[in-house]
Amino acid sequence: MAPKDGGEASSKLVLYSYWQSSCSWRVRFALNLKGLSYEYKAVNLAKGEQFTPEFEKLNPLHFVPVLVDGDVVVSDSYAILMYLEEKYPQRTLLPADPQQKALNLQVASIISSSIQPLLMLSILKYLEEKVGLEERLLFVQTNIEKGFLALEKLLKDFVGKYATGEEVYMADVFMAPQIAVATERFKIDMSKFPTLSRIYESQRALPEFLAASPERQPDAVH
Amino acid sequence: MAHEEKKLKLYSYWRSSCSCRIRIALNLKGLEYQYIPVNLLKGEQFSPEFQKLNPIGYVPVLVDGDIVISDSFAIFMYLEEKYPQHPLLPSDLQKKALNFQAANIVCSSIQPLQNLAVLKYIEEKASPDEKIPWAKRHIEKGFEALEKLLKDHAGIYATGDEVFMADLFLAPQVHAGIKRFNVDMAKFPLLSRLNEAYSELPHFQNAMPENQPDSPSAWGSMANSSTKSIKCHK
Repeated sequence: MAPKDGGEASSKLVLYSYWQSSCSWRVRFALNLKGLSYEYKAVNLAKGEQFTPEFEKLNPLHFVPVLVDGDVVVSDSYAILMYLEEKYPQRTLLPADPQQKALNLQVASIISSSIQPLLMLSILKYLEEKVGLEERLLFVQTNIEKGFLALEKLLKDFVGKYATGEEVYMADVFMAPQIAVATERFKIDMSKFPTLSRIYESQRALPEFLAASPERQPDAVH
Repeated sequence: MAHEEKKLKLYSYWRSSCSCRIRIALNLKGLEYQYIPVNLLKGEQFSPEFQKLNPIGYVPVLVDGDIVISDSFAIFMYLEEKYPQHPLLPSDLQKKALNFQAANIVCSSIQPLQNLAVLKYIEEKASPDEKIPWAKRHIEKGFEALEKLLKDHAGIYATGDEVFMADLFLAPQVHAGIKRFNVDMAKFPLLSRLNEAYSELPHFQNAMPENQPDSPSAWGSMANSSTKSIKCHK
């Protein structure tokens, strides 16, 4: 399920992505789950390629990922995932039951609004300047742990093999990349979150998740 | 007024822009609800009862019979599906995606960076003088992006001539930007125009912070009942 690098003009879907972006990871994971092939277009955030006029036209906020589906251009991973869910309903990522569906959307929001934005490079740079590296790491860890603790409590009564039951859904799509980043980049001690740890073990075993991981992307730097 | 048991309950804080989004939605859909205030400044979100409803301690929380939903995005999608009157999402997929994008610029790129918890942190760890500039910077960055995103799509409202999800998420954020953080709206002509349009909609205005039962304003203190209902006259 590896992405095609460059040339395949017949691929209708194009994903602008950065290998290390956890938001891009979510979408890559979902595309794999839905069996959708796509053209991978790397946007080198480290080199500032998100600020080119061409990319700005695609996303005025200068973030990846951006999905192009024929004439349709969607940025923001949450919006992309909602779009994919409706346009390509195979391997549905949202359960039909309203409470379960809401739970998945809530988990996605906790991650995309309460955790990930506070880990952005621009925020980290600001904090390094204003409060120093040590305090910055504390800030990051505190916010991740606050979010993970909330997820731990929230999912306790709903969890199965995956976040909200026996199937992989939207909550897993958001969670798995976030836990990966939290452990690898920010050294979060997952033993404090036994439910999340257990779910993560199932998630990280999925070939669709692995194929979407940073190191396997065409623009990965080894 | 009879205290009938209202099926819908909304846990809300007057000034919470996330709560405001849902208050607008409930008004537009003509849904009556019981307003249950959660005083964030007093830490009521950390009470054991509230933590059971929402372990991350945020408002809003919607209770609909047996169903408990927190997070404004999740609540919005639930309401949209369960109560399809006055649809708040267009059927066209690109336009729908545009609404999700605009909503998420607010939810993920602006609001989390100017909420109470983060501002408190900046005040304590950086300095009190950094607080407002920090909030303003993130709001303005987000507003710039929204101007660009919506420029070719806006009509009377954010994504056309009907009120949709984007408007529900924009209105409270623009309101907060103006009232609390002194954002210079002259830089944002589209958002300024939209703000004017929202100011003429009773369903939006009734949902604004100053008009809530727990608002410290004179209006708020007069409301001695925690029941709130808006009848949809349109």
